[in-house]
Amino acid sequence: MFTPSLARQCYEQIFLIRFCEEAIQAHYSQDEMKTPVHLCIGQEAIAAGVMSALPPQSKIFGTYRNHGLYLMATQEPDGFFAELHGKQTGPAMGKAGSMHLTSPEHQLMATSAVVGTTIPVAVGAAFANQYEKKGGMVAVFFGDGAIEEGVFWESLNFASLRGLRILFVCEDNDLAIHTPGKARRGFRSFRDAVKGFRCYYDEGDGSRADVAYQKTSKLIQQMKKKAQPAFLCLKYYRFLEHVGVNEDFKFGYRKKPTSQQAKLYDPCYQIEKICLRKGIKKQSLEGIQSRLKERIEKSILKAKQAPFPSSQELYNHIFSTI
Amino acid sequence: MSERIAFRDAINRALRDEMKADNRVFVYGLDVPDHKRIFGSTVGLVETFGKKRCFGTPLSEDAMTGVALGAAMSGLRPVHTHIRVDFMMLAMNQIVNMVSNMRYVTGGKVKVPLVIRGILGRGWGQGAQHSKSLQSFFAHVPGLKVVMPTTPQNAYGLLRAAIQDDNPVIFLEHRWLYDAVDTVDFNRTDQLGKSEVRLKGNSLTVICTSWMNVEALKAAEILKRRDVALEVIDVRSLVPLDINPMIESVKRTGLAMIADYDWVFCGFGAELAAQISKACFKELKKPVERLGFAQTPCPTTRPLENLFYPSARQIVRLAEKMLDLKETDLSKEVFYSWEEKFKGPF
Repeated sequence: MFTPSLARQCYEQIFLIRFCEEAIQAHYSQDEMKTPVHLCIGQEAIAAGVMSALPPQSKIFGTYRNHGLYLMATQEPDGFFAELHGKQTGPAMGKAGSMHLTSPEHQLMATSAVVGTTIPVAVGAAFANQYEKKGGMVAVFFGDGAIEEGVFWESLNFASLRGLRILFVCEDNDLAIHTPGKARRGFRSFRDAVKGFRCYYDEGDGSRADVAYQKTSKLIQQMKKKAQPAFLCLKYYRFLEHVGVNEDFKFGYRKKPTSQQAKLYDPCYQIEKICLRKGIKKQSLEGIQSRLKERIEKSILKAKQAPFPSSQELYNHIFSTI
Repeated sequence: MSERIAFRDAINRALRDEMKADNRVFVYGLDVPDHKRIFGSTVGLVETFGKKRCFGTPLSEDAMTGVALGAAMSGLRPVHTHIRVDFMMLAMNQIVNMVSNMRYVTGGKVKVPLVIRGILGRGWGQGAQHSKSLQSFFAHVPGLKVVMPTTPQNAYGLLRAAIQDDNPVIFLEHRWLYDAVDTVDFNRTDQLGKSEVRLKGNSLTVICTSWMNVEALKAAEILKRRDVALEVIDVRSLVPLDINPMIESVKRTGLAMIADYDWVFCGFGAELAAQISKACFKELKKPVERLGFAQTPCPTTRPLENLFYPSARQIVRLAEKMLDLKETDLSKEVFYSWEEKFKGPF
């Protein structure tokens, strides 16, 4: 059930992610965040909806478009902006930057900038759960382009063979950088492609947190009943360029959505509509927004003031020495 | 407690002892539990520890390496096995882009205790794709430890140390060493990151990886008759590298030959040559020399294959050149081959 309190919570999370991304857009030209950013504007509801539905302590793996996952996992922007600014106070002391944001203490285990590479690693975590009879859950997020990588099929095959509890979440924006799905796929649909495996399947509108939440909850119930992987395809609209802070409609590889389409694609618009429908007051939502904005500005200020890692840090953490 | 056993049994015993000591250790890979058992090195594991801890996999080297990483980050201690190091090329994306840097990019928050065994497949006409060694590929990448055992004792001790290590370890075993028999002390634990002197001598320092130690010992035996005493040093651990004993030796002998079991061009031997040349610049009487594979793909036919792989013959000839000696008559010497494999002891 996507309850009013859950809706409100997702509202806060989606707006936290959105406002963080917008803050990056606003500050990026100052050139203090020296890391390529893959902003997830349009994608916020997937992180919010799916992660809200996962059992506590579920392990999370993702891609370079990971800001939503990180902010969902940690629920706070201090570490986020510190890492983007390359500061000692970031979760990886600036060694990760935007493309490898993790927080293992919050179960966000790995994110990666080589397409498809975290998929088998997530399967390994699911294997460990099975091995140790822990019964935990693993979710791995990847774009639709990852499905063209051989390692996706290898991973799906092994997870299906071993009956592993892992949720494959395809964040489908129908773009691999600038190339649409129809120019890349020899299969009819994700459902058809996954059908041959011992794997649950579902799909839905990834712009809506309630849909992502409900689909995820249903698949988790199925996986709990009978252990096997599940594949969830959530479609969403990438509002910005592949990497960077700008729109790129002028290049003509895709059409700019009409204002009506843009509303439907917008997770913020969608979650607000849901909240209002569930009786949450507009003022209360506005209160959330202003609190978040204030918080984010503080985080950015803190990040700017924090020290860079010492030069010694270059050589730390190559090997574990204990 | 010690016993005379072959290298393959030492590997087997190390796996067995680690699996017994720690139920987080599991051993897997293509063909691991089949009737051939990876040249006998995984014999009895599935019977003793069950299918949960010893299993074969789909032909998915890349994903199965990712599985090792995910399992290791979750606290297990995987040992992934490849019957040919050549097959590890299918896993290079995971090894180089993920495994090697996972600890670094998480700011030291995760540990990656995993071992990848690769067997170097020289044999009876293995050809271009079952014959490589490739240690320089792995040693080049920060975050991977690289180990090449030579003796049964080291096979046992270093594999146990590799499994106990909290970092990714690439463990490269030469197929021809599998038959070497020697005394193995099961109470001895080896440390990663230590080289070992195989033979003491004062004439010339020969620094070897893997099988080249055997060839160097054979060369030393031939040269001894001419009062030439080779000092043979086994690198054992490429990363971390224990360079100091090599430098000390070269400072003493003034001559260094590097016999690396791999291609010479851009190989691991070049790294050793550079470090030694720099550290021993004053003591070196001649430039550091290097030996290794011919800079060609490995040919299948025996006469060409013999030219491709470096042997004791080349070590003898190069040593003679470095020492300004005339060439010894080698016509009566028997050199190692697939049929005439070294059977130990060391």
